[in-house]
Amino acid sequence: MTDMRVSLPGLDMKNPIMPASGCFGFGKEYSEFYDLSLLGAICVKAVTPSVRKGNPTPRVAETGGGMLNAIGLQNPGLDHVMEDELLWLQQFNVPVIVNIAGTTPEDYCRVATAVSDLPNVKAVELNISCPNVKEGGIAFGTDPVIARDLTEKVKKVCSVPVYVKLSPNVTDIAGVAQAVEDGGADGLSMINTLLGMRIDLATGRPVLANGTGGLSGSAIRPVAVRMIHEVSRKVQIPIIGMGGVTCADDALELILAGASAVAVGTQNFVDPFACPAIIDELAEKVSRYNVSSIQELSGRSWKTSATQLLTNR
Amino acid sequence: MKQVEKMKVLRNEKIARSIFEIELEGNLVQHMSGPGQFVHLKVTDGMDPTLRRPVSVCRYERKKSTFTMLYRAEGKGTQLLSRKTAEDTVDVLGPLGTGFPTDGLKPGSRCLLAGGGIGVPPLYELARQLKAGGHHVTTVLGFRSKEDVFYEEAFREFGDVYVTTEDGTHGAKGFVTDAIDRHVPVWDRYYACGPRPMLRALETKLGTGGWLSLEERMGCGIGACLACVCDEKNGPGYRKVCTDGPVFPAGEVVV
Repeated sequence: MTDMRVSLPGLDMKNPIMPASGCFGFGKEYSEFYDLSLLGAICVKAVTPSVRKGNPTPRVAETGGGMLNAIGLQNPGLDHVMEDELLWLQQFNVPVIVNIAGTTPEDYCRVATAVSDLPNVKAVELNISCPNVKEGGIAFGTDPVIARDLTEKVKKVCSVPVYVKLSPNVTDIAGVAQAVEDGGADGLSMINTLLGMRIDLATGRPVLANGTGGLSGSAIRPVAVRMIHEVSRKVQIPIIGMGGVTCADDALELILAGASAVAVGTQNFVDPFACPAIIDELAEKVSRYNVSSIQELSGRSWKTSATQLLTNR
Repeated sequence: MKQVEKMKVLRNEKIARSIFEIELEGNLVQHMSGPGQFVHLKVTDGMDPTLRRPVSVCRYERKKSTFTMLYRAEGKGTQLLSRKTAEDTVDVLGPLGTGFPTDGLKPGSRCLLAGGGIGVPPLYELARQLKAGGHHVTTVLGFRSKEDVFYEEAFREFGDVYVTTEDGTHGAKGFVTDAIDRHVPVWDRYYACGPRPMLRALETKLGTGGWLSLEERMGCGIGACLACVCDEKNGPGYRKVCTDGPVFPAGEVVV
């Protein structure tokens, strides 16, 4: 039986699968369907210091093999998340990653400092890549110098490992990745959504009230695979891969590209049981490889010369 | 209790222009708790379309474990649904949302039901339960044109029915608000489901004392993604159409 455990900075995971930030709320809705302790980790929705109302509706639009969203980091604010959501999550035997957003470095530091005091919060994820907010978000993630400085500032005040969620909406993602590694990041999350737009043929206007939105779903998986493949060769820190994962094969593809763990996003909306289904399926799929631990598969696409990976072919 | 189930298609028929009536069978029906709830459908095993489709429950029969939905075959998802035939299955997540409340009414209350287009279906189960509860039901239905009209006769089983069409090709020319002016000057509680402009007009005309069912683009349907929010009318907050609604008291949210 292949060992499915994954050990990353701050995160002792019983398996490599977690829901991606923004696609799972704070877990309550999905706890009505299954025991959240089944998950490798939980990455909760972005938290800002104060309440954020988000963008006007419509906030979602469908595309071929994916969807656009422009939620705009709506969340109930740090105090409510601390007192209600994160406390509630303590009943589950699962490490929590808190996604952090803000409009200034001080915002990020404030949230990181506060949440990292909680016993079940094992890591934070800096959201420097949300395409749906005017201030902060992606503005921090497209300039390597700003991204590195922000990472450094948060590292100084945060008592748990810091993962930085990278934006694919850049020319040189490896450059940003190396910059945040220099800034002390313990790991990377990649990729966030790709900036996109749809036009309503009847009105001639953008479908989303925000105009643009972030593209997610299976349509973006090849972009994620390419970027993880590229970045994992150039940094020493581990990568939590995400982008269009719908099944165990998709998760394996990201792992072979260089991810150590995998987050599932949009597929949770399609199938509330997506994460536990992928966890089950992944164990069966991995048993077909000649490895004792799933961690051995990370980056095999470039770590080894062309070999026949599957043992039963 | 929400669940996901592959439900069996018993029949799937076109009943008006682009409007289909589909009957499904499965255990999920046992968990339906009132009129006005909805389900979230996955119509294909593939990736396109990606998202599920919210569709309101038109009527349900717990004893037979069946329920009926009406939908407009308009986009890719609903067109795929329209091709399902008996013995096919549909992946259903539900039942979802809070429905129309029927409690708190005095015996023999006069209930006004106003539906517009594909907003008409959830009013059917509501009318049925109100009638069974001994209340008087008057239904006003609005459509664009004669070809779009459905369920006019079905609602007659519960009381008076007035139909309007925008072009006057069936019933009275005009909107549901015109028919209410002419035929339903007095009521104890009103219930409405339809396009936002219709709901706005009704709320302006009838005020509080009613319940409005909203429609909004959804991601997850269970309250996690925050795609389908609407603004509170007298506060800074928001409400989720999928879990706080889709039915809200008139005056509570911005329609």
